[in-house]
Amino acid sequence: MEFSFDADRPIYIQLKERVKIKIVSGEYPPGSQIPTVRELAEQSSVNPNTMQKALSELERDGLLFAQRTSGRFVTEDAGLVENLKKELAGTEISRFLKVMASIGIPPDEAAGLITATKEEE
Amino acid sequence: MAILECSGLTKRYGTRLALDRVSLTIEPGRIVGLLGPNGSGKTTFLKICNGLLTPSNGTVLIDGVAPGAATKSCVSFLPERTYLNDWMTVAQIIDFFSDFYPDFSREKAYSMLGSLNLSSRDRLKTLSKGTKEKVQLILVMARQAKLYLLDEPIGGVDPAARDYILNTIIKNYNPEASVVLSTHLIADIETILDDVIFLKDGTVTHAAAADELREKNNMSIDGLFREVFKC
Repeated sequence: MEFSFDADRPIYIQLKERVKIKIVSGEYPPGSQIPTVRELAEQSSVNPNTMQKALSELERDGLLFAQRTSGRFVTEDAGLVENLKKELAGTEISRFLKVMASIGIPPDEAAGLITATKEEE
Repeated sequence: MAILECSGLTKRYGTRLALDRVSLTIEPGRIVGLLGPNGSGKTTFLKICNGLLTPSNGTVLIDGVAPGAATKSCVSFLPERTYLNDWMTVAQIIDFFSDFYPDFSREKAYSMLGSLNLSSRDRLKTLSKGTKEKVQLILVMARQAKLYLLDEPIGGVDPAARDYILNTIIKNYNPEASVVLSTHLIADIETILDDVIFLKDGTVTHAAAADELREKNNMSIDGLFREVFKC
């Protein structure tokens, strides 16, 4: 199995997140064709129907588009990908800040810690 | 049209109720988990759908027809126990199946034997319990059926073979065919299920899409199962 899932969240949502990361990271570059539903389902050991649902929702969001006979492609809209990147970063940062808050570190202190860690590296 | 449709299905063994007014519809192209603790009626349900038991009340239709000789040609059933002659070699059993079922694919069977490193020259009785189960599953999955009824397909095999079996089910996915698998090893099969049916003491307590149940209850199907069937 390629990756594991959080068992308590719907799988199609997690599949959507993974495809989004691949788009943002450039593994699926703008305008490129992505593998078929069947291939993607096999790679992640999920049901093709679940994968289909995830891809349809990404299509609805405009991140993917389907061409009747030739398959599914990543959007060519660089602005959309840029927004997606910010959205993913935002989610990660709020998650991080929540953990920091839970151990008593307020946001500005956390920011200071990030800079310090970066300098150390 | 639904591949499997049952209404008011009831089965009594003497005074004990094994199934109590079960009504279900299974559409084509679905992978369905039939989940329930021991003795909840899973095997009884599958046996009725396969025509091995007759219901005390209620009806089942497989592709519009009551279970019988005609439905055997479109239903591929994996029983919980071996029924094959154990003096036969794997190759002989493959011949036997290919004589019996027009939709049986030899190539598929041999290719699966190859991926699981099984030899077709071995006699069934020399094989371990887990290996026998793998052979049986290969026979069942090598058919091009409309409905696969798998009773505990992963119970006796090792985790690596389990992954292979689940991948085989995904690879074989056909929008016109449905797979119903019963198991209590839920965590292992969660990701491949479209729909989930919970059986408790012969009645259906939940029948819904797997992701819907996860979203509604904020927990995995495995977690939900542990809660519903808490001892």
